[in-house]
Amino acid sequence: MKTNIILSGVGGQGILTIAAVLDTAALSDDLFIKQSEVHGMSQRGGAVQSHVRISDQEIFSDLIPEGKADLILSVEPMELLRYMPFLKKDGWLVTDSESFVNIANYPEKNDLFDQIKKHPNHVIVDATEIAKKIGNSKAANMVLLGAASAIIPLSEESLIEAIKKLFQRKSERIIKLNLEAFAEGKKVAEGITDLATHT
Amino acid sequence: MKSLLLGNEALAQGSIDAGLSGVYAYPGTPSTEITEYIQKSKLAKELKIHTTWSVNEKTAMEAALGMSYVGKRAMVVMKHVGLNVASDVFMNMAVSGVNGGLVVVVADDPSMHSSQNEQDSRFYGKFAMIPILEPSNQQEAYDVMSYAFDLSEELKLPVLLRLVTRLSHSRAGIEIKERRKPNEVNLPSDTSRFALLPMNAKKQFDLLVNKQDILIEHSENSSLNSLKLSNNSSIGIIACGLAYNYVMENIGEDESSYSILKISQYPLPKEKIKTLYGHCDEIFVIEEGYPIVEELLHNYFDENDKIKGKLSGDLPRTGELNPNIVGRSLGLIKGSDKPIPSIVTPRPPQLCEGCGHTDLFNTINEVIPEIGNKNVFGDIGCYALGALPPLNTINALIDMGASITMAKGAADAGLEPAIGVIGDSTFTHSGMTGLLDAVYENSPITVIISDNSAIAMTGAQESTAVGRLHKICLGIGVHPDHLKTIVPLKKNHDENVEVLRNELKYKGVSVIISERPCVRLSRDQKAEIKARIASLN
Repeated sequence: MKTNIILSGVGGQGILTIAAVLDTAALSDDLFIKQSEVHGMSQRGGAVQSHVRISDQEIFSDLIPEGKADLILSVEPMELLRYMPFLKKDGWLVTDSESFVNIANYPEKNDLFDQIKKHPNHVIVDATEIAKKIGNSKAANMVLLGAASAIIPLSEESLIEAIKKLFQRKSERIIKLNLEAFAEGKKVAEGITDLATHT
Repeated sequence: MKSLLLGNEALAQGSIDAGLSGVYAYPGTPSTEITEYIQKSKLAKELKIHTTWSVNEKTAMEAALGMSYVGKRAMVVMKHVGLNVASDVFMNMAVSGVNGGLVVVVADDPSMHSSQNEQDSRFYGKFAMIPILEPSNQQEAYDVMSYAFDLSEELKLPVLLRLVTRLSHSRAGIEIKERRKPNEVNLPSDTSRFALLPMNAKKQFDLLVNKQDILIEHSENSSLNSLKLSNNSSIGIIACGLAYNYVMENIGEDESSYSILKISQYPLPKEKIKTLYGHCDEIFVIEEGYPIVEELLHNYFDENDKIKGKLSGDLPRTGELNPNIVGRSLGLIKGSDKPIPSIVTPRPPQLCEGCGHTDLFNTINEVIPEIGNKNVFGDIGCYALGALPPLNTINALIDMGASITMAKGAADAGLEPAIGVIGDSTFTHSGMTGLLDAVYENSPITVIISDNSAIAMTGAQESTAVGRLHKICLGIGVHPDHLKTIVPLKKNHDENVEVLRNELKYKGVSVIISERPCVRLSRDQKAEIKARIASLN
């Protein structure tokens, strides 16, 4: 088993929290993990990505080769498309529908969605909206993780345990909020695709 | 369970477990998390390991050498260009040698993700004639530290440890081993080797040159340099450090059809290389950075066509490697890259919303139509982004501190006015000495210190400049009438423009301190800064 995931977004949007949940869950399942991240200048409102590789065998490269990603999970629709060259033919795209506009020439949102929909395996989730309804838009990343969980080769229990562990230093309320966001994301994805049967 | 650590953090934990007594460093991407990890470590606190940031890489390295002189294990950490700043002591401590183990950790940044160049620190190691270690993965980064300190103490030489961005900033599960106790105080038996007067230095330099065979012998026998010969003699690969991973990623289950020499310790193991060279029809050299190993191979052997790498054009000369580039060079990946959909527009980094630098640049931009648009010399930090649209304020940025000295040189040549823009921490790192040059000649320059009370670019570390800038400038000799303070806020814009306009008219050194804390500072950090300033007064 070897799964390659690209997480993408804009610096400060919190993709590393998703990465941390995946890492923690994979390690507790005794799997190998490699996960790259971006620090320094590019973090300042620029495009950022994290390559997450999970396997039951030793992993060599910290970077995913082009055309080898099973999943691109993005907290922003344009940033999802930036990593298209990495996607496997039958790989999955999961993204928040909410744009992060900090540049003058940001494309039309519908054009972005058209482009994403050209690829059959896609899930566009109103993650920020859902998170807001639950109580905090910051939990959008956990909604997305929930939506993508059926494609990720980690058990739901380990992912939930990892979320609990990660937020344990914060309040009970925050743990609950993030677990709820995860569950909502999972539910939404099941409703709009055949994801559940994919695994 | 294994610990989930960045390459930088694995190395940091490895150093603590190898008996470290002090880390000395100035922040710089991609090296910063090494020191930060030790600063946050409870164990390091219990062990009373020194972790406070230094003013610059040179002071850091000298302090580390001082700790080594006393017999303790010390580490000094920096990004690649930081080694330029510390190169004086670096070259000389290779001659004096060390007492307690001393490891110089340098993180290179091929592809310049956060840097001004992609210099390869292995050249410095070769220049200084000391051992270089180059781990290929996170576990090796952890394990190599105890070996590095042992090697340093055995050879009585500093050891250079080279990292690259992708190893520094990638996580993996790490197995932690038993911890060694820090050394006791043990002064050198003969201190004369540290007193580099010509008579001593000559003796020491002879010793260093004569040690080179021993260094090569260590490399030959090191488990970090492993040679596997295949029955198939067509392709041999020399894979250095991180590049080994990209090779293995590509050859996968076909491993047995390639002969591979993995290099993680230098100077190069010449015999192992000769064996590989003799065994194979073609030799691919896969190394991150400059073609240093490839060049050495050309020195060793005459049959140059056999050697493939960056010089032969089989790999790109610039930028970092990745699994695709390496796969293509080995002929294992065919076809060209899939393009990024054209709808995607670039999203370059930019100053944070509400950042004080932006207001300062708006102030400077107001006077640019009056003074010309090529008069602003910038420096290294977040505010370097002022060279990009939409601000377009800064015309030059070269290295830490160059804003002040380039402005001075330009003023000497008649450019009027000449403005230098520098951050608070960059000023204490390398700006103060240049300011003294300007004060000494009363050069007509206007220096603006954009003081956000932090080393912001690398994650808002504490700045040694906090609360001291005024006194430093006065102490250096800036005239009190031309030492001004502004607060870069929209509501002060007109007032600030007036201050700048007036100082630009002055035919001598003016310093304007533009004071506003970084928006990224947490409430706790701000409180800490306040307390530090209060304790100074």
